[in-house]
Amino acid sequence: MESLIAPLLNGTADGALLLIAALGLALTFGQMGVINMAHGEFLLAGAVSAYWTQGVVSNTNISILLALPVAFVFAGLLGLVLEITVIQWMYDRPLDTLLATVGVSLGLQQLFLQHYPSGVPVKKPSLLDGQLDVFGYAWPLRQIFTICLALVCLAGLAALLRYTTFGRRIRATVQNRPLAETLGIATRSVDRLTFFIGSGLAGLGGVAASLIGGTNSQLGTRYIILAFLVVVAGGLGQLRGTVIAAWAVGVSTAYFADWTTGSLASVITFGLVVVFLQVRPQGLFTIRTRGLA
Amino acid sequence: MADAKLEFVDVTAGYGRSMVIHGVSLSVPLGGGVALMGHNGAGKTSLLRVAVGLLPVRSGTVLIDGEDVTRLRPNKRVARGLGYVPQGQLSFPQMTTLENLQLVTTQRSAIDEVLDTFPALPQLLSRRAGLLSGGQRQQLAIARTLLTKPRLLILDEPTEGIQPNVVAEIEAVIAALSSRGDLSVLLVEQHVGFALRSTGSYYVLESGRITSSGAGGPGALDAVRAAMAV
Repeated sequence: MESLIAPLLNGTADGALLLIAALGLALTFGQMGVINMAHGEFLLAGAVSAYWTQGVVSNTNISILLALPVAFVFAGLLGLVLEITVIQWMYDRPLDTLLATVGVSLGLQQLFLQHYPSGVPVKKPSLLDGQLDVFGYAWPLRQIFTICLALVCLAGLAALLRYTTFGRRIRATVQNRPLAETLGIATRSVDRLTFFIGSGLAGLGGVAASLIGGTNSQLGTRYIILAFLVVVAGGLGQLRGTVIAAWAVGVSTAYFADWTTGSLASVITFGLVVVFLQVRPQGLFTIRTRGLA
Repeated sequence: MADAKLEFVDVTAGYGRSMVIHGVSLSVPLGGGVALMGHNGAGKTSLLRVAVGLLPVRSGTVLIDGEDVTRLRPNKRVARGLGYVPQGQLSFPQMTTLENLQLVTTQRSAIDEVLDTFPALPQLLSRRAGLLSGGQRQQLAIARTLLTKPRLLILDEPTEGIQPNVVAEIEAVIAALSSRGDLSVLLVEQHVGFALRSTGSYYVLESGRITSSGAGGPGALDAVRAAMAV
């Protein structure tokens, strides 16, 4: 029983972390269509924020809570600067955006390496040191924290998009930018705020990642491609699809890893997602409309 | 012109190197209506896009209330009282009817006031706009624009491709808006008779140039038909 439960629970936690990374992309890529390869480095910025916060507040239980808003704002600001300096000039040129942000990604990794060659040692909060017994498997509380964080991020983002004026303006700008402008919506401001929030979400993911594994310069690289795949496989602009895809990728990788090795498990999962997209290129969910709309 | 709501002064505009509007000058009077007519491809929609700010001007000036708005973005022009109902019953298809309206304001009383003008819409508030019929979408588009509280309303072929009974409703709304007195209207419309009844003056545009203009009303019908037949 434990051999079946353990991959399910570990995979759910991995999927939750992937979901936080993918939620940011669901905004900047799924909604705005920007291929930002530096998104992974915003996770790194979140992990660094957690490390910095622990330098100021030594109580690890308090510092991890403080690290969340700090990481959100720090990663969000990095995203905002990237949007203003690079991406806003390339909205109609996805290939240029991809290449430019790969460059930014490598630059940020190098910057991290110069300052923290052996990574940032984020101390785990004592409150999250324990385990929860689930059918005989000792499930680490840190993983449960990650799942809770992912659920909060998901609920927050869904509520923002659905119930707030700003969320409606994001959706309107994505669906028809000229029409949105002719209704008085300042679409440039919407772009920037959207990028801030999307990048900030990655920062939150970085805090969670720093609790689960080691944090080195490759943290972003580890998640970025899978996060893109999750957004595409879920269906662009479809949060529920992103959630299901992230969970499926996390759990299937965990099961494959149990039967083979970690690297091979990633390859198999990656291959399965690619096959799925061949069969259903529009992803899990699409939106039906009448022809003219 | 001192009492012009919207004024074009020798405006030339186009797409890339290809100019489609050539030295056009026209004005929409304060509180009055103007019909802009012409064959398909004459440049009517392009001229409206220039007024709204969606098509950049190569030379010339666009004025709203005497203020030069030539370089202003569309959303800034909306803040100056410009309302635009584009061609093609455009909506945000993945959003509900209510969400489409709430893009402009969340004030329920303002939304209810606009919905009073369009009796079909209140029952469709929770339906996605992409699932509405063409006529319903056009009513939504006009209602949404009216929520911006425009003092200058620009409508691009509002009855195009819509079933006749809904056309009558839309025409009644536009006629009522035109006769309000506090709203200037610039109307592009294929139904020449309706356009002339709803506005006080007209311009005929052919190949991006104004070829004829004059006072509106039923008496102008022959003059417009003659100008468009050339």
